[in-house]
Amino acid sequence: MALLEVIDLHKYFGKTEVLKGIYFSMEKGETLSVIGASGGGKTTLLRCLNFLEIPTKGKILVNGNCIFDANDERTLSEKEIRQNRLNFGLVFQNFNLFPQYTAFDNVSLALKLQAKERPDYKEKRREILKEIDEKSHGILERVGLSDKKDLYPHQLSGGQQQRVAIARALVLQPAVLFFDEPTSALDPELTGEVLKVIKQLAEEEMTMVIVTHEMNFAKEVSDQVIFMDEGLVAEQGTPDEVFGNPKNARTRAFLGKYE
Amino acid sequence: MFAEVLASLSKGFLVTLELFAITLAGAIPLGLIICFGSMSKITPIKAVVKFIVWVIRGTPLMLQLLIIYYGPGLILGSNWWGSGEHGRFIATIVAFIINYACYFSEIYRGGIQAIPVGQQEAGAVLGMTKSQIFFKITLMQVIKRIVPPMSNEIITLVKDTSLSRIIALQEVIWAGQAFMKTSGIIWPLFFTGVYYLVFSGILTMALGKLEKKLDFFRV
Ligand SMILES: Nc1ncnc2c1ncn2[C@@H]1O[C@H](COP(=O)(O)OP(=O)(O)O)[C@@H](O)[C@H]1O
Ligand SMILES: [Mg+2]
Repeated sequence: MALLEVIDLHKYFGKTEVLKGIYFSMEKGETLSVIGASGGGKTTLLRCLNFLEIPTKGKILVNGNCIFDANDERTLSEKEIRQNRLNFGLVFQNFNLFPQYTAFDNVSLALKLQAKERPDYKEKRREILKEIDEKSHGILERVGLSDKKDLYPHQLSGGQQQRVAIARALVLQPAVLFFDEPTSALDPELTGEVLKVIKQLAEEEMTMVIVTHEMNFAKEVSDQVIFMDEGLVAEQGTPDEVFGNPKNARTRAFLGKYE
Repeated sequence: MFAEVLASLSKGFLVTLELFAITLAGAIPLGLIICFGSMSKITPIKAVVKFIVWVIRGTPLMLQLLIIYYGPGLILGSNWWGSGEHGRFIATIVAFIINYACYFSEIYRGGIQAIPVGQQEAGAVLGMTKSQIFFKITLMQVIKRIVPPMSNEIITLVKDTSLSRIIALQEVIWAGQAFMKTSGIIWPLFFTGVYYLVFSGILTMALGKLEKKLDFFRV
């Protein structure tokens, strides 16, 4: 059964239809890359899946459970939206780290806030916090930033900031991790370290959706590639199919710009 | 003579200090309420609040003080404030709190609106509640942004308290001027400046320390 299934997703901003019926599905452990010209709706798609925008029409299924259906009359409560969001993690183009917290605190903050809602928090406070600390350290180690854990975001390079942002999303163990052009805000010499971390996650079979303009990277790490054009999935397939033998004229024109 | 002047000026400055402290204690929270009003999604509330803020910020505090103090008596025929020193003090407080709350509300609004929406979104995708996002993420960044402009307003307030002289509130300038009339000497009036300088000097230092304390991060 598909881990994530998106069915006929539409999004209007006022009268403009930005997503015009997106379908895709992915299995656990897959890496899906989304490519396409700017303005095609890639960011809007990720924002819809993370409920930063509410889709106008369509369904979202996780492990076969429908977590969102726009046809449902009832509007989701804030709590349900929060619950839904925890299925997913999102890494932003411009990191959005919290400037007043150290790298370590950026990573552990959400877990600590969640822990406070546990009924046994009062009795087991010490153990719970210790567990969170260990987990956060472990994650920072995975992105290669153990030695930077006490630095504030402004003391880190862009590449390091993005790695902290990845760690911050990973620590919540989302079923799917989304990346919106994770290296677009970085100087070219810093993209490598971030791509390396994402590649390592792909090898560890983290389920990921990556919106990217790094075509070579997409070719290398993806199990599936989607070409999005004007709010629709114009082409979908393995990297070999989409990059090697694109069927759609728009895909060919788009890829032509990268050669 | 010097001791007598010092005693009298100090008594006056105590009134200045009270006016300063009570104005801040009232205007800081009232400013927050006005700020929320000016950002309200309910258009009529937003419009009314914005109009009031515009009027208060667009007219002199001295005029507002005169209207608030004399207005009820002249227009409604009943002097709300009474005629004594106590009445003058209350009227002054009311005028100052309203005026400063409006200035503060604009500073807060600027501070809140300057926080990139990505900060809230980052909190939201991490599953935080709205109040967790406000208290754990936004608030500290807003405070850092508003401390410098608030410091300026607070230092201005120290000096603005002297406007209450216009309705004869017995603050430090009034006390200094009294010696001109009773003893024909002017230096006590000049000497009031020392009080202002010392107090605003201390405040500047304290606020500077606070600003330094928030230097550990950048927004
Ligand atoms: N909040 C919004 N309100 C109105 N239009 C929007 C909004 N967000 C995105 N759009 C529009 O939707 C289209 C797709 O944008 P986006 O999803 O950012 O594309 P991409 O990430 O592929 O570049 C663009 O034309 C953009 O102007
Ligand atoms: Mg985009």
